[in-house]
Amino acid sequence: MTGKVITITSGKGGVGKTTATANIGVALAMADKKVVCIDADIGLRNLDVILGLENRIVYDLVDVVEGRCRLRQAMIRDKKNPDLFLIPAAQTRDKTAISPNDMIKVCDELRNEFDFIIVDSPAGIERGFQNAIAPADEVIILTNPEVSAVRDADRIIGLVEAEEKDTPTLIINRINVDMVQRGDMLAAEDVLELLAIRLIGLVPEDEKVIVSSNRGAPVAQSNNSIAGQAFRNIAARLNGDEVPFMSLDHDGGLFNRLSRFIRSGNN
Amino acid sequence: MGAYSTGSLDSFGRGIINMFRSRKKSAMRAKDRLKLVLIHDRTQLPPGVMESLKEELIQVLSKHVDVDRNAVQIEVAQEGRNQHLIANIPIQPTARKRS
Repeated sequence: MTGKVITITSGKGGVGKTTATANIGVALAMADKKVVCIDADIGLRNLDVILGLENRIVYDLVDVVEGRCRLRQAMIRDKKNPDLFLIPAAQTRDKTAISPNDMIKVCDELRNEFDFIIVDSPAGIERGFQNAIAPADEVIILTNPEVSAVRDADRIIGLVEAEEKDTPTLIINRINVDMVQRGDMLAAEDVLELLAIRLIGLVPEDEKVIVSSNRGAPVAQSNNSIAGQAFRNIAARLNGDEVPFMSLDHDGGLFNRLSRFIRSGNN
Repeated sequence: MGAYSTGSLDSFGRGIINMFRSRKKSAMRAKDRLKLVLIHDRTQLPPGVMESLKEELIQVLSKHVDVDRNAVQIEVAQEGRNQHLIANIPIQPTARKRS
């Protein structure tokens, strides 16, 4: 087995990298793939709480790199999906505790055992980011339809290309459909035109993402969440399936927009 | 449209006006601003440098041709992830040549 290393990064913080990593990991495991998620955000670990595995941590990524434990000992098996594992970040160290070469070594070892190795990158463009993209076969850029997130995404695309990696693919996260239709949020097509890279996912804003993170059970496991469906679609595309992008104009068309204005005029 | 009973025609009219105005509103502004910001980020050409580039180009070209300096346009165009520097430099017709 030769697993594929996929790194999820964004430049800007707070766009949803950790949530996306957890959900794509869960969705791939639900599709019977063997998956390990690595939290590369040393010092600010969070993938453990999003996956609901925070109470099971004994060893972390820095322990592996510094030889205090074997790789297997730092791998935590998910509660629901026996094919999903987490390698947590250290919380009391910083990004310089590991090097890009350490990441390459760890991931190469994991390739033998897993179909997908998903790396959750920290925000920024410094060491932590360099660590996260060093082992990547494929880089996914996550962004929100906001000026700052799109600008940072563009910068990151340039940096990934400068590392002689393939051009990254794009996930646009937290699309507020109503705001897009009002003309108050960049539409997916606008972001895509500006960044000019291949789209791999559109994730609508969904309250259930926060509800599920409260519970430590990623939303991809839920059947009645539109964001969960979006993450399952992304996983399917990573698996090589052709899945159409979900239509985000739930009430598109001039007539519907007109009648919505009339209804809001009544309030 | 049976639901349309209590809303006045005024608010309906305003709704339509707002609808068309809002489409030109913040999302369009965001896109236009981002277009320029990304061009400067990618080319590392700040707006001020573009101006001096234009001045220097006019100086060099003026040695050989009579450039209509007020009509010179230089801009960076985007094609996918590649940028092109596009210069439109009109030349003064010889008949109107001064001095």
